[in-house]
Amino acid sequence: MTVLVNGVEIGAWNGETVASVLLRAPGAGRGSTVSRTPRLPYCQMGVCFECLVTVDGNASMQGCLVPVAPGMRIESQHGPREISK
Amino acid sequence: MKYDVVVIGAGPAGMSAAIRLRKNGSSVVVIDEQPAPGGQIWRGVERNSGPMAEALGTDYREGAALVQAFRACGADYMPETQVWQIEEGWHLFLTSGGKARRIGARVVLLANGAQERPVPFPGWTLPGVMTVGAAQILLKSGGMLPQGDVWIAGAGPLPLLYATQLLGLEGRIAGFLDTSRKPGLAALTKLTGAWRDILGLLKGARWLRDLRKSGKMVRGFHDLRAGGDGRLQYLEWLSAGERRKVKADILLVHEGVVPRIHETMALGCAHEWNELQNYFTPQLDGWGETSKAGLFVAGDAGGIGGWLAATLSGEIAGLGITKHLDASFDAEGERHKAGLDKRLASARALRPFLDALYPPPMASIADEVIVCRCEEVTAAQIRSVAKVSAPDPNAVKAATRCGMGPCQGRQCGYTVQALVAEAHGIPPRDVSFFNIRPPLKPVTLGEIAALGDLEDVS
Amino acid sequence: MNADLLVIGGGLHGLSAALQSARRGVSVILVERHFLGRHASGATAAGVRTLGRDPAELPLSLEAAGIWHEMNALVGDDCGFIACGQLQVAEDEVALAKIQARIRGLVGKGFAHEKVIGRDEMRELVPDLSPHCLGGAWVAGDGSADPHRTIIAFRDAALRAGVKIVEQCLLTGLQRHSGRWIAETSAGVIEAGTVVNAGGAWADRVAELAGEPVRQSIRTSMMVVTERTQARVKPVVSSLGRKLSFKQTAQGTMVIGGGSQGRLASDRQSASVDFVALAASVGAAVRLFPALKGLRIVRTWAGMEAMTEDHLPVIGFSRKATGLIHAFGFSGHGFQLVPSVGRVVADLVCEGRTNLDLGAFDVERLAKERAVA
Repeated sequence: MTVLVNGVEIGAWNGETVASVLLRAPGAGRGSTVSRTPRLPYCQMGVCFECLVTVDGNASMQGCLVPVAPGMRIESQHGPREISK
Repeated sequence: MKYDVVVIGAGPAGMSAAIRLRKNGSSVVVIDEQPAPGGQIWRGVERNSGPMAEALGTDYREGAALVQAFRACGADYMPETQVWQIEEGWHLFLTSGGKARRIGARVVLLANGAQERPVPFPGWTLPGVMTVGAAQILLKSGGMLPQGDVWIAGAGPLPLLYATQLLGLEGRIAGFLDTSRKPGLAALTKLTGAWRDILGLLKGARWLRDLRKSGKMVRGFHDLRAGGDGRLQYLEWLSAGERRKVKADILLVHEGVVPRIHETMALGCAHEWNELQNYFTPQLDGWGETSKAGLFVAGDAGGIGGWLAATLSGEIAGLGITKHLDASFDAEGERHKAGLDKRLASARALRPFLDALYPPPMASIADEVIVCRCEEVTAAQIRSVAKVSAPDPNAVKAATRCGMGPCQGRQCGYTVQALVAEAHGIPPRDVSFFNIRPPLKPVTLGEIAALGDLEDVS
Repeated sequence: MNADLLVIGGGLHGLSAALQSARRGVSVILVERHFLGRHASGATAAGVRTLGRDPAELPLSLEAAGIWHEMNALVGDDCGFIACGQLQVAEDEVALAKIQARIRGLVGKGFAHEKVIGRDEMRELVPDLSPHCLGGAWVAGDGSADPHRTIIAFRDAALRAGVKIVEQCLLTGLQRHSGRWIAETSAGVIEAGTVVNAGGAWADRVAELAGEPVRQSIRTSMMVVTERTQARVKPVVSSLGRKLSFKQTAQGTMVIGGGSQGRLASDRQSASVDFVALAASVGAAVRLFPALKGLRIVRTWAGMEAMTEDHLPVIGFSRKATGLIHAFGFSGHGFQLVPSVGRVVADLVCEGRTNLDLGAFDVERLAKERAVA
């Protein structure tokens, strides 16, 4: 299957999570909420919240708890989240 | 909807308890964050086969049978569901698919396992640095292998196991920074118990041999730093007074695991301090019941013991819960008949040795290191506040925002406790933990607003 | 240990009274059972509000408002105070009429701090506000502060003024012998000429130890804090007739309170959040700001604070014991009053009287044992 990460199509496989895709997709890192420094998923098991990401329009989802689905739209968040999402 | 028992977590302990409770006729629902049963240890066990299952090892393959039995046991099962509030009585608030709801239960069993112990060091927030457990999850759930110059830094059975699995799948390791200390007298005095599980010990030795063959093993170093521009590019450390620097693309870290205590802490259960491993465990009776009647804990959430001990403590909790629901049930007799205590003692035989062999890291955290990843609070900020406040992590939290981010102190809790202890010159056991505030997972305002119409559900 | 003044309670009111007394040359010991600001002072939304106050509180509140604008002069820090204004929204015609009547009443009494604003002006102040809101009451000079920064600023100022602060110190006994108070605490006996009772939710316990039982209950107001988001809402917003107060902090988090009550533990030592009850406040917030419904909640809590029957505080001398001054019962709206109440209490400590009429705050109205005529 493929998913869209920040508008770019990337391959994904059954059984993996959004947080795992983030590690492969170029430029998919998050900007931390305070200093906007780059971050990537750290724990993959729901406790570090470094994988917070917008999935199909829903912001601040824990990417490591969301299994990928075909055509899923994944968008990185940079700094404080936007309100429209 | 009201169940006899709500089990939180579909890992070894939760599944075993659910199976036992169903045998005893209770209505059971098992709630789990993951999309499939097995917990972290057996993640993807229903899907992984062939060389992958082979590389993951016998302990991993053991899980398939239990998952199958769980699927067939007749318990309701809610995957991809987060429990974000537990109220005494018992009511649980859940979210799945972006919708919150509430269920009721006579008994709650927490079988939500463990997390890796967060150990901050310079550069640990850089992309490219993650935990060994994370890498193993990626392996189990998608067959993803780390690419480039992969370093492992840490101590404990998990890095050794992961390295073995990785090498078995033709992965490569650039080097291993072994942070374990020489086994001291403390570890050796635990050996008597460990002899009962010779097999387990031999397994440990084989991992190590495999690893030494495959790459570089660095020991006796300190002051590890991860560096790079926007992502990990190099590692530095001090070895025999000399600063060493190597290229690195991925650094996997691990310093042991600690029970998940946010739920029992939020509920105000009594906790005990584990002196060997520096973590809190909920105080449990012989059946796994906490200081709150009707709230049970099984598996690693009650103290780290590994998967086999978890399945057995799950069964014991299942019996204790049945007795709690029906006083006439002969839980003691069943427990004896199944030989649960003997099997549990054997499953735990190696644990005192491991606990003594791999003590938690004691090195002081450098001032500039970010302790709270969410709110980006440094050790220096925490130290300066801790010095002038009462020795309570909550005073530090209020003054620095440390622990106020989305992870709710899951990453910084023990570090803040240790820094407060350091500032006041008292042992960590004399310092409390953060007050844990609900929701245990970040639900949306819209979900809470919709709860106003919830009155009739339970 | 001994001092001229013993302040019981390390919340903001205790700290303010201790600070302002010490500045006038009084030796002060302050005892706090947990750590400074553990309860109401740390659990508050830190609204700095004259808007909608009971007229009895207005002299104190307006004095405090003046001090908040010059907070640096009092404690050497602005306490994160921002005069972002406070807005009370009317969501329907009935609410709007009530607001208009209240402000007419205030003007009649000579108070000009609140003004009525219409829909357009309101939308200009808060563009994200739902279009169903009709108008409201506005105080431009009101705002909000950072509660933790305020605690630290008052603590540091008190320490500089020579106040001795003893944390993790529980009061177990309080008796008057030969013109002095003898306080038994977990940190030993403390002697003082005067005692200030700033015990917050447990002030009734202090009063009882001193021989003056009072009727007082505990409020457990719940608060919600969201994740950080872009700066969107400047003023503090409430809605007449709804359990809602709403603000965005300097960090970008949204703080939602408004008085929905949590559950008090049976030992009255802790309170827990009741999410179904909380839905009232959160629902009101989402109705005012529909765009925010996807924001995630990071933390909630139920703070503990003394509440009186008439929701007015107790400020003034004890009616039963000599040398005892009460400052408690702020009923969920004491934060703004901290600088002026501290000033008044320091007057009572140092001069035995103050310029303001404290009649409405007399402890006698809450006495459990009426004096027999």
